[in-house]
Amino acid sequence: MSPRMHEPIAPNEEIIRDTHRPVLRLVVRNHPGVMSHVCGLFARRAFNVEAILCLPIEDGQRSVILLLVDEDERLDQMIRQLEKLEDVLEITREEDGHEAFEVMARYLAS
Amino acid sequence: MKATGAQIITKLLERHGIAMIPGIPGGANLPLYDALRASSIRHILARHEQGGGFIAQGIARSTGRTAACLATSGPGATNLLTAIADAKLDSIPIVAITGQVPRAMIGTDAFQEIDTYGLTIPITKHNYLVRSAAELLEVIPDAFRIAASGRPGPVVVDVPKDVQNEIVEFDKWPDPCPVTTPPPPDRETLLAAARLVASARKPVILIGAGAVATEAGEMIIKLADKIEAPVASTLLGLGAIPSTHPRMLGMMGMHGAPCTNIIINEADLVIALGMRFDDRATGKADSFCPNAAIIHVDLDRSELGKIKQPVVALQADLQDFLRELLSLIDKQDRPGWRERVENLRSEFPLAMPDIDDPCQPYGCIVQTANLLDEAPIVVTDVGQHQMWVAQAFPFSFPRQFLTSGGLGTMGFGLPAAIGAALANPQKTVVCFSGDGSLQMNIQEMATAAELGVNVKVILMNNAHLGLVRQQQELFYGARFHASRFEHQPDFITIARGFGWNAYNLEDSLSPLDTLARALHEPGPVLVNVPIPQTVNVLPMVPPGAPNIQMIGGNYHVTQNA
Repeated sequence: MSPRMHEPIAPNEEIIRDTHRPVLRLVVRNHPGVMSHVCGLFARRAFNVEAILCLPIEDGQRSVILLLVDEDERLDQMIRQLEKLEDVLEITREEDGHEAFEVMARYLAS
Repeated sequence: MKATGAQIITKLLERHGIAMIPGIPGGANLPLYDALRASSIRHILARHEQGGGFIAQGIARSTGRTAACLATSGPGATNLLTAIADAKLDSIPIVAITGQVPRAMIGTDAFQEIDTYGLTIPITKHNYLVRSAAELLEVIPDAFRIAASGRPGPVVVDVPKDVQNEIVEFDKWPDPCPVTTPPPPDRETLLAAARLVASARKPVILIGAGAVATEAGEMIIKLADKIEAPVASTLLGLGAIPSTHPRMLGMMGMHGAPCTNIIINEADLVIALGMRFDDRATGKADSFCPNAAIIHVDLDRSELGKIKQPVVALQADLQDFLRELLSLIDKQDRPGWRERVENLRSEFPLAMPDIDDPCQPYGCIVQTANLLDEAPIVVTDVGQHQMWVAQAFPFSFPRQFLTSGGLGTMGFGLPAAIGAALANPQKTVVCFSGDGSLQMNIQEMATAAELGVNVKVILMNNAHLGLVRQQQELFYGARFHASRFEHQPDFITIARGFGWNAYNLEDSLSPLDTLARALHEPGPVLVNVPIPQTVNVLPMVPPGAPNIQMIGGNYHVTQNA
């Protein structure tokens, strides 16, 4: 492995591993601005997003976004608002999504 | 085929049925204006981009069809924001096309550069920053599809100047995107709704903007008759069914008739059709229709359960829903409830004093309605006059009443009236305004004069920000501050200066005759109506209070929450 350019930092494992926190999986069109649309909905409602992962998929026309969010009674409303976004093509609750963030945490901690 | 980005935009606007387009040119949209010159689209030169946006809204609100408007980059776009936000909150289909600095200069703080895309994310249904002329072939049809599909709303298309100039080759013009239609109502849910209706003893129907947008009035009346339910409306539902219909209770909520709010409070079933339980309509939401099961039908799924938890929730087009429901239910007589409703209506009506005097709020509105043989399009600004019109004007058809509901934008009235008049040249457009509101887009008087539109502005002039003054009186211990205009402009001279005819009821020996003459004169006319300066709109539910806690009038219906 090549030497890391960064100093290790300690992610908050408690939040990341808290399986009560839902993980949302969004398939979106991949273009500048999609992230603003998605994050704007959460920010406006003061609904905290703890962690975000975004990767292009297939031919790069689409991306998948994983959001680790707080369990909140407004979550259904948030999902319905996300469904209305033109660039959000699919939303599902990801059952084993926490693993993805654990991988990211290991990377940052090393 | 070869065309510039600007030519693609104008051609596609034509193909989407845009016959006129309000806007203002500037540095970053000049290529588009150059192309527009050669197109069949009539350009309406507004005097301020916000005015242009509201002219487009007047066209869209009065016709139900998507309208478009233009602005340049920077201040052109920021000036347009209020009109776009207004369209978002009231679900009005608008496509706004803004100029942007050339691609290479984006992000450099170039002259008149602003992040229009970023600014319009939260106030649009969708927005675009177009990155090539070829993209326009998809983006423009998509913009029109999105604006009109499902629950309508505004779409912004931001187009850099060099994209407008870029030449592309393509095979054929794209067809207009078909508007997507909602899925048919779910059978099981319909049956559940029918069962709930059959078991109800005291049903009430509540209608909102969706009832106007889908023109579902006739079927709503059929349902109301079939199940003996009275109908109440939100501000934006007015006009969906005639105000004079015996089952119509008029507007509900903060300034609704006392009987309307009391009847809703007593209901054991609320059938909410195309309304979203806005706080001005419901008062304190927890205390709203406390005894009722709710059937909520809306095109937008995210509205179902947002404020009030329905027993039956259905995402559907109202016409589809009503047609199906009517076929599932039998005629249901509810003589006890009918009698109770009638008693409450006669016991707690809306008090409308001085309806014969055109220099009093209700008189001004009712006499204006009486003096016109044919029902006009009625536009308002925002404030006391707006609530008086909502309470008192006898509406008779959908899209007759154009008013800024959700955003409550002062300055909406005059430009929206111009748009309505342009789209409906055979009709008279009456714009009730206040002296506060009129000053917020008064420059559009020049636009109206230039076009000679048939707009009659009835200026209910109390030299105050009346609704602010009223709240200070009622809820801030009558500690008045900044709600009175110390300097009062001479609106008659101003109107004449813009080239309007103007009449003043203040110095008229026969105000009613003067009003009649003004209403029947062709072209734009201002009527200054000096109304008493300290009259309140009553009743009034204090903001955040339950709807049955109403201040004012001859009655005091109060109850602790």
